[in-house]
Amino acid sequence: MATTTPQHTVEGSGPGAPRPGGSGPARIARRLRIDRRYLPVVGTFVVLALILAIGGVRYDNFLSVGVLANLFINNSFLIVLAVGMTFVILTGGIDLSVGAVLALSAVSAAYLIDAGVPVAVVLPAVVLIGSIIGLLIGLMVHVFEVQPFIATLAGMFFARGLCFVIAPESIPITDETFVAIAGWDTWIAGQWRMTTSVIVALVVIGIAFYLLHFTQFGRTVYAIGGSEQSARLMGLPVARTKVLVYVISGTCAGLGGLLFAMYSRSGYSLTGVAMELDAIAAVVIGGTLLTGGTGFVLGSVLGVLVLGLIQTIITYEGTLSSWWTKIFIGVLLLVFVVLQRVLSLRKT
Amino acid sequence: MPATTGSRTRPAGPPGLRNLTHHTLFWPVVALVALLVANTIFSPDFLSVSILDGHLFGAPIDILRNSAPLLLVSLGMTLVIATRGIDLSVGAVVAIAGALSLSFIATAPDPGSVSTVIIAIAIALGLCLVLGIWNGFLVSVVGIQPIIATLILMTAGRGVAMLITEGQITTVTSAPFKTLGAGFWLGLPAAALIAYGVYLIVALITRRSALGMLVEAVGINPSASRLAGVRARTIVWTVFALSGLFSGLAGLILASNVMAADANNAGLFIELDAILAVVIGGTSLQGGKFSLSGTLVGVLIITTLTLTVTIVGISPLVTPLFKALVVIAVTLLQSPRVRDKLAARARQRAARPEEVAA
Repeated sequence: MATTTPQHTVEGSGPGAPRPGGSGPARIARRLRIDRRYLPVVGTFVVLALILAIGGVRYDNFLSVGVLANLFINNSFLIVLAVGMTFVILTGGIDLSVGAVLALSAVSAAYLIDAGVPVAVVLPAVVLIGSIIGLLIGLMVHVFEVQPFIATLAGMFFARGLCFVIAPESIPITDETFVAIAGWDTWIAGQWRMTTSVIVALVVIGIAFYLLHFTQFGRTVYAIGGSEQSARLMGLPVARTKVLVYVISGTCAGLGGLLFAMYSRSGYSLTGVAMELDAIAAVVIGGTLLTGGTGFVLGSVLGVLVLGLIQTIITYEGTLSSWWTKIFIGVLLLVFVVLQRVLSLRKT
Repeated sequence: MPATTGSRTRPAGPPGLRNLTHHTLFWPVVALVALLVANTIFSPDFLSVSILDGHLFGAPIDILRNSAPLLLVSLGMTLVIATRGIDLSVGAVVAIAGALSLSFIATAPDPGSVSTVIIAIAIALGLCLVLGIWNGFLVSVVGIQPIIATLILMTAGRGVAMLITEGQITTVTSAPFKTLGAGFWLGLPAAALIAYGVYLIVALITRRSALGMLVEAVGINPSASRLAGVRARTIVWTVFALSGLFSGLAGLILASNVMAADANNAGLFIELDAILAVVIGGTSLQGGKFSLSGTLVGVLIITTLTLTVTIVGISPLVTPLFKALVVIAVTLLQSPRVRDKLAARARQRAARPEEVAA
């Protein structure tokens, strides 16, 4: 894997004529001069365009700016979760705790605001809760060599249990400042509605993109996913990076909880059950391999949009019941995973 | 066994005791005993079993019965994990089994007849076996990572269960089906007899034949074991199929316990509990070795913990917190770094009397 990609990069960007031969998507990619690494993301993009086209043909008003803007508004917290998850999965780990941490952060926000703590203190505090849980998980994974699956599972149980200790019932948020922040919006070009949470999500995507592609930390993340042992032998700061990705994922989950609290104007212990699966599904549909080392943040964002669009289509269809969403997501996962498998078989 | 190890005397310390504390199951068993002791202190008649209407009653019997579904799921999970796999879809399969059997009984002309119930059970178990085979196909033939392959069914499976129940919570009354989860045979809960019976059969087959070793061989190195003549693909396929079948059986027991098919909540998080039980029991997620007795201890710890939380009067919603503490404690105690530290300390202590003697 690590040895073949550079060759292709050279091939794709070099002045030489595209080689004949190869088959299927690979050949198309070569003709279009698309780096092979981007193929899965291009695939996600094609699926997204396809769903948009199907929706546009079937329903009036589907291909409107409003639908797309709402897609971002309704999925902003999931975008933030998926971005954090991408970091962890790129190193070859997995984070099952994000759904529960999101709930914990939302519940704490509602509880603290209800107790009269000023919003300016609550906002950073609840994000910090996510960071701390991420840090603890990272230390468990790295120092005590607990498998990520088990460490984050413990984190999930811990956060979910803590939610119920703090507040078994739903707490509504009525604080004026918080509601004002949550309800603030702006119209771009008079049509595209942006809320606070969308802007936060976009900023998170921007930071993540910068971190992964323009810093040493980002390159170390990819290196660990490619081969942890090689990364260590190269003298890269494996320990620090491995702990940091869980801190990032935890922070994103904390932030996601805040966005969810803004979205629902309340904190409830049972929010975000199985949301970690949506986040993982979005990352996988976005073309990131669960073995680590390959994938892009923007792919994960596209993955979230695909999931959101499926939901939108099912709402538009009306006659289809909500459980079809799950079945469609499952089928889409299957298609993507099998495609990735076929692509990786071709390569070897 | 203790006598033979005791005769091989080494210079330092009682070896029998040291072997005991070094056994992989030592800490899990300590945790279980601690839980039981804590319960007995809290309510002194916790461990007492009484006979009522010819059936055995009491907290230990409750633990046996409540542990039945989790034991079945964990049993399949142990075998899957031993081949370096994981099965996330068991919860969805549990929901599908309950939904299918109860929907069939509800629409049957005679819900109370034994033949209806037998057909319902057969259909549900058949579908679950097919689902397990599907997982196995994705993993062993297509070559998808187990965690992703089963994630697909985990996501889609609950949708399928909802499709079967049409989003309703189907409730039925059928005496023969109710026996499965709430009935008694020979004074013992039927559910426990089924689960522990299956457990014994699997334990006998894997440990009294070479099958268990072959499963472990596949987990250590699939390609090496294939070159050595082990049919790795068939074995991986089989363990996933078995996991589906056992989950289906667990789903039937759970459904018969409440006699209602709730596609959303039946078997929710049971995959996590099962993985937890397996890991507490000392089976490594890296595959290559498994301990069925460890899984049994893990299952008993989780079931006892859940029951304890209820008895002590804490809201059952907080249970995840205690589970988290148990997982963290057990995994940290089993982690290589802590083990090395403990071993180093033991060696130091052992070395000192030797110096005195010399």
